[in-house]
Amino acid sequence: MTNSPFTPGLASGRLAAEDYASNFGDLHDPLDDHEALVAADRCYFCHDAPCMTACPTDIDIPLFIRQIATGTPEAAARTILSQNILGGMCARVCPTETLCEEVCVREVAEGKPVIIGQLQRYATDKLMEAGVHPFTRAAATGKKVAVVGAGPAGLSCAHRLAMKGHDVDLYDARPKGGGLNEYGIAAYKTVNGFAGAEVDWLMQIGGITLHTGKALGTDLSLNALKADYDAVFLGMGLGGVNALRAEGEDKSGVSDAVDFISDLRQSEDLSSLPVGRNVVVIGGGMTAVDAAVQSKLLGAENVTILYRRSRAEMPASRFEQDLAASKGVRLVFNAKPVRVTGNGAAQAVEAEYTVSGPDGLKGTGETFTIPADQVLKAIGQTLEGAPDALTIEGGKIAVTGPGRTSVAGVWAGGDCASGGEDLTVTAVAEGRDAAEDIHASLTGA
Amino acid sequence: MADLTTNFIGIKSPNPFWLASAPPTDKEYNVRRAFEAGWGGVVWKTLGEEGPPVVNVNGPRYGAIWGADRRLLGLNNIELITDRPLEVNLEEMTRVKKDYPDRALIASLMVPVNEDSWKAILDRVIETGCDGVELNFGCPHGMSERGMGSAVGQVPEYVGQVTEWCKKHSDLPVIVKLTPNITDIRKPAQAAKDGGADAVSLINTINSITSVDLDLFAPEPTIDGKGAHGGYCGPAVKPIALNMVAEISRSPSLAGLPISGIGGVTTWRDAAEFMALGAGNVQVCTAAMTYGFKIVQEMISGLSQYMDEKGFTSTSELVGRAVPNCSDWQHLNLNYVSKARIDQDACIKCGRCYAACEDTSHQAITMSEDRVFDVDDSECVACNLCVNVCPVEGCITMEQLAPGTVDERTGKVVEKDYANWTTHPNNPGSCAAE
Repeated sequence: MTNSPFTPGLASGRLAAEDYASNFGDLHDPLDDHEALVAADRCYFCHDAPCMTACPTDIDIPLFIRQIATGTPEAAARTILSQNILGGMCARVCPTETLCEEVCVREVAEGKPVIIGQLQRYATDKLMEAGVHPFTRAAATGKKVAVVGAGPAGLSCAHRLAMKGHDVDLYDARPKGGGLNEYGIAAYKTVNGFAGAEVDWLMQIGGITLHTGKALGTDLSLNALKADYDAVFLGMGLGGVNALRAEGEDKSGVSDAVDFISDLRQSEDLSSLPVGRNVVVIGGGMTAVDAAVQSKLLGAENVTILYRRSRAEMPASRFEQDLAASKGVRLVFNAKPVRVTGNGAAQAVEAEYTVSGPDGLKGTGETFTIPADQVLKAIGQTLEGAPDALTIEGGKIAVTGPGRTSVAGVWAGGDCASGGEDLTVTAVAEGRDAAEDIHASLTGA
Repeated sequence: MADLTTNFIGIKSPNPFWLASAPPTDKEYNVRRAFEAGWGGVVWKTLGEEGPPVVNVNGPRYGAIWGADRRLLGLNNIELITDRPLEVNLEEMTRVKKDYPDRALIASLMVPVNEDSWKAILDRVIETGCDGVELNFGCPHGMSERGMGSAVGQVPEYVGQVTEWCKKHSDLPVIVKLTPNITDIRKPAQAAKDGGADAVSLINTINSITSVDLDLFAPEPTIDGKGAHGGYCGPAVKPIALNMVAEISRSPSLAGLPISGIGGVTTWRDAAEFMALGAGNVQVCTAAMTYGFKIVQEMISGLSQYMDEKGFTSTSELVGRAVPNCSDWQHLNLNYVSKARIDQDACIKCGRCYAACEDTSHQAITMSEDRVFDVDDSECVACNLCVNVCPVEGCITMEQLAPGTVDERTGKVVEKDYANWTTHPNNPGSCAAE
């Protein structure tokens, strides 16, 4: 350890080796058997349960929790995975506090929900650790489907299609499958290479061939895919990022939060990753929190999230906000960056307070300066490289119903498609539902 | 603090909480610890006749069932009577009674059904200075196969005969401990009374298999691949015990027969319920085996507080207080009409009342799109199932319909007068009923 949190500028190795290991350990320790039984027993097995309704993939939550409570977590896992093939990852990354657990009757009544997410992880881990893949393929249909993007939407779609007996070619621009699960989520939410292991486990269904390093627009064209396959599903996510549109954005030390997170996730040695002494993250979503918290965990002395609107309007949940605060991240609300200052390299962010009015967000004129040798932009991603033939709506591929695009034979889902929140679990649901629709259209079922 | 001093058939103890004859009372060491912890009395682990003592299995003696968070709800055992020499037990009892003169010390006895055997053991036991004897006619396992324990308790004639012998050969108060493994508990109780018993104690344990090992396909507890039925006790048996105590209490021919209540007493409240049904005191085993002797402190403070709140100055004011309200079905008031009421502020919208009523009962609970649950009086039969399945205590209650109002289910005006099945027009025997 040659550097410390007080080393100026961007520097790697700010912490001792053991600190990296503990900082990037599991956010929640997995439940042991007894903890799972006690937690499961709190479930009231509600009629037409609100948690199920809140789950974008409609997992039968009371049933899987009862299956845990009766000592059959493998059956619980089947209940989960039959609705959500990435139930293992969703158990880790879902903002349960704004989905199932928010509407749990015990959250409403006592402020203490059944810990559905952790129970889901318990069940799916049991099954996956045993190396069991509980699904088999239907008889071959002879149909071939191209799935573009091996993220949550594409994986979910590919798996369901393979189950139905179709053959799937799964394309991804990156060197590995998994999409944001592999490249875009905080490391402490998916430790021990879980994202990769889950993809390998999912592929055990058979009938899916993963082709990496193949991007739509450069290596693949929609016309060619349409010609070669019986159906096409697009789930390539949002490849672009929004610009800051503030002076000094080009200074060194200013970068995209998604790249920072991706580098971190792919790093073999976290002590080799440079991080600023003073980090400012601009944005208010999960990416902003993931980047800010991980900057702190890498040894930055001061980390600030600058969000232009109020706390209540912040897309990251209160749980995420509190997580950031507990790691020592400072949250500054109602402030927007005006310029990044510094001589070549970033040294500070000048920001202006904002106020919401009838005409939208306005600067108050009052400014302040935060030291910043690293500025991470997390102000949203944009659709990139969408084929011209497709109708675009609100910056996304327009879809109707179960992911049907404006072009016959082409479906889309996940972050690149319109509708739904940009969540892993939503992408899984959209991929699955599109697969069912594709299957119906290919077989007349 | 209410005075909990109890006089049970002339045996005084500082409180009505005795430890039942069982593993916790098998040795001087344990009993001294119990008395130090505050127990009012102890029924010493059952003594057998002189000679080589019985042997126990060397595998597990207990099986259990659990509720949430592994809370022990029911325990079963295949342990026999004391497996220590008679002489050792008698010496220990003598020492303990001398050191704790204010506590009740009862000798539990089980010997073969012949007068000489009972006379012989009584002669020995009297010398310990104990306050009374309890005849173990209850244990349903092991000893019953040898013609003792519940094998005696299941034959009222034997119960009466042995009781007579014991009254004849000693002046000690005699408590007869009854087995619940019988169809009508009043028969052996009557035999005990007729034989001169000073009191009965009940219930002993219930024949049981707690669970089956689904890999070995053998009952639990399993010994070398086999299991034998054991005696069931603990919180799970309390309702059965309460009923049997009440059956004796309200039987005219048994009225006034003192009862020592046993069966799943775990808290002061359980004890108070047994006493309200006529038990002069209670005996505890499983709760002590689960949590240790210290629980008696909660029992003492809880019963004391309850008695203060009720204005009772003696436990005798509590004993039997609920007996007059123990009735038969045919005498329940059919003109008492009630309906379920859901407190919408307390409701957490789990929908369990709806599922229970819709699937398994009378379709009397409605559910709106925004999960508001309401009672449909025109279908509600007041069965109380919704109250019992609701996870929120006090959220659903049963409200009596005032006389003069119309029961929407039957369309009839609620009558103010009491009327029961014996006079109901649908009862073919109503003319004869009285």
